[in-house]
Order: sequence, then structure tokens, then C-alpha cells
Amino acid sequence: MITKRIIPCLDVRNGRVVKGVNFEGLRDVNSPVELGNFYSDNGADELVFYDITASAEGRRLFTEILTEVASTIFIPLTVGGGINTIDDFDRVLKCGADKVSVNSGAIRNPSLVREAAHKYGDQCVVLSVDISLIDGKYTVFAKGGRENTGIEAIDWIKQCVSLGAGEVVVNSIDTDGVKGGFDLPLVAAVCDAVNVPVIASGGAGNIQDFVTLFREVPDVSAGLAASIFHFGEVAIPDLKRELAACGVNVRL
Amino acid sequence: MDIKMIDYGVGNLFSLRSSFAAVGVDIEATNDVDKIRNADKLVLPGVGAFRDAIAALRETGLDIVVCEEAAKGKPLMGVCLGMQLLFDKSFEYGEYDGLGLIPGEVRSIEEVVPAGLNIPHIGWNRLELCNESPLLKYIKDGDHVYFVHSYQAVTDDANVIARTEYGAPITAAVQCGNVCGCQFHPEKSGRVGLSILRAFCEM
Repeated sequence: MITKRIIPCLDVRNGRVVKGVNFEGLRDVNSPVELGNFYSDNGADELVFYDITASAEGRRLFTEILTEVASTIFIPLTVGGGINTIDDFDRVLKCGADKVSVNSGAIRNPSLVREAAHKYGDQCVVLSVDISLIDGKYTVFAKGGRENTGIEAIDWIKQCVSLGAGEVVVNSIDTDGVKGGFDLPLVAAVCDAVNVPVIASGGAGNIQDFVTLFREVPDVSAGLAASIFHFGEVAIPDLKRELAACGVNVRL
Repeated sequence: MDIKMIDYGVGNLFSLRSSFAAVGVDIEATNDVDKIRNADKLVLPGVGAFRDAIAALRETGLDIVVCEEAAKGKPLMGVCLGMQLLFDKSFEYGEYDGLGLIPGEVRSIEEVVPAGLNIPHIGWNRLELCNESPLLKYIKDGDHVYFVHSYQAVTDDANVIARTEYGAPITAAVQCGNVCGCQFHPEKSGRVGLSILRAFCEM
């Protein structure tokens, strides 16, 4: 059977990874190429590069660096950030991305999901959703979690999957950065609602949090995290060995 | 070593080219008939739907060139949809003839995969080696490779060199004489995938 995936996420601004990483042995801890290679050689099942650049110049640097990353790393690459049009899909796919993640761009224009799925296939379109529980309702936030859209999250996700999203990244604003574990009720609710792979994001603080995720929500496909990997708090090989020891099917 | 990748306007040539470069072989993507005929080995890429890919291949006339070169005994490897094109026919969105280089058909995995499992079959899955093949000489049982597909080749057991399990056995790699192919993406399967490309270069 297919394995549960562990996915590090790298934020890139102006062609450099933001939030330096404290691994020993890397010449340049802010180089997307070096970091990508490090993760690829150390058990990551997939990489997500998130472009948080605002300027056109930064975007150009991002696509240049993406081309370099894609020509040296031989695991699936997902790219997100600033994806608003089919041209944006085209731009990053030409640089060697395998999947493209849409968030605010889909909220502004849901037909982008359908258009992209028709052109590149469902497997290429990843819906990323920032969600917070507001007055008992799972609510979609836009613009990096800053703007409450008032949209009910589970309905939104179902709608996008029916339009062709082939995978869903569920980022819980409520657990993100707290390091108290993934938002299990939210992730389980999304897994129940759709039949495409669901990736849990936000809240992982240690190895046990991943074990709990895969045990409590057996339908979830992957766990995504950033800082705990970057700061060396969790080494992916250790994490996967522990998951395997707990009976979770992983690629060692 | 002169390996050419058939460029008929379909497929992620960038990743395949970079991964061959990583094992030390510069493969050029081309639609130039002379270059293809002069090559030592050929790679047939492909993503998307069978119908569109076989139509594009026929439109360029490269289908005939590929079949003639394969008939001369030149090693040919198909990747993902490129592997499916090697078979007699496919039932994706209708019924379409393939290149007929390996006897068999391409059918939806829905016919065999139990309900409840996601389709497409996407992710890292284990290889179970079947018949011995030079293509998989560096691979051991249980090595993981990356799959993204909804259809599989249904062919004689003798042609299957590896399977994977997704609620049912799924064809993962095939070989019939000098013609071989992978349903998974060796160019996205880390070191394991690169070692398969290296083995192809050594075939």
C-alpha cells in the first residue's frame, strides 16, 4: 500500500529560504537548492516550496531557483504562493514543479481550479486551505490567514474537489505555531468529506504528534511541517523510524 | 552513449532529462528522425490521456520510427503514459490502439482496486519483483517508487518484471525483449529511481 508521507515546507522570499535553518554541514542554510537536497537525501517524501515574494523581481528569482531545485532533486515538488491564474500554473510547471498549490487564488476565482485540472490533470492541482474554528464553524481564511472570508470550510473543500482539486492541504490556524499537535477533529472532518488525499498542516511540535495524527486519523495521507524540521527539533529519519515502529506504513 | 528522448509535445521532459543527467548521461529530447535512428537507446515519455498522446505521436509520424527502431532490437523504455503507449490498446476514454510493441491492454485500475481507495493511485509504493530484468538489477523487493496513475497495463505474467499492491496487484514495470517500461516515475523516485535509469543506460 502507499505510504504515509512526510513533507517539509520551505518559505522562499526573493529566491532565498526565510527563517534560516540550523543544520550542520550545510554551506548555505538559506539556499533552497542545498536545503532541498538535504531533505531529499534525508527521508522527505515530497517538498513544498512556498513563494512569499511580493515583487515581480522576487518572482523571477523564485522561478530561476525553482528550475535549479527541480534539476537536482528527484522527488515530487509542490509549489505554492501567488498562484492566481493559469499562467501562474504554467510558469511554475515549466520550471519543473509537479504540483501547484492554490489558496487565495481559488477563493477569488474558483473556476481556476477547474481550468487547471482540465489542462494539467487533477493530480497537479493541490487546494491549500487556512481554516479557523469561528463560533463553532470551520471558516476559510484568505491572504495567509489574515482575512476571514466567512466561507464554511468543509463545503468549500468539497466544492473545490468536485471542480478537480486532486489533493487538499488542511492548515489549521488554531494549532499553527502552537506546537501542541495537529488539529485532529478538523483533519478527520475533511478526510470524511472528500475522497482525495488530505495533508495535515499546522501544529506539529514533536514526533509523537505525527504518531497521534496517523493513529487517530488513519485516512490522512501526509503530515506537513516547517520549523520543527528546519530547526532540527525533529529529524525526518528519526520520525519515520518511530512511525514505522508504531505500525505506520512509511518509506524508510 | 547516445540516448534520445522522443519529443512529440507530450510529457515532462525536463525532469527525465535532469535525472538522466544525474546518472551522468546527457539525453536530448528530439523529434528529429535521423537523430532518433542514430541513437543507441530511446526513451518514450508521456503524461496526460492516452488518446491525446497516441494522436500526437501518430501526427508526428514518430510512432512508425519508434516501432521500426524497436524492431531492430534497440533498447526502448517507456515512462508512465509512455509505457502504456507500448501496448496493443487502451480503454481510457474509449478504445485506442497503441504501438503494439508489448502484447496486452491498458485498463482502469478501478476494475481491480477495491472501493474506498482513492483513484488515481498517487504516492510512494513498494515494488515486488517478478521476472528478472536488467532494468531492475539494482532494485530489491520492497524498494519504494512514486506512482501517479489511474490506468495499468494488463499483460502476460511473463512480461511483468515488477508489481505493486494497491488493494490489488498493479503492474509497475514491464519488459518484453528490448522494450521495457515503468508505470511509476523513476525521475521522481529518489535514489531508487535514478538507479533504474542507470540500469537502462547499461542495458
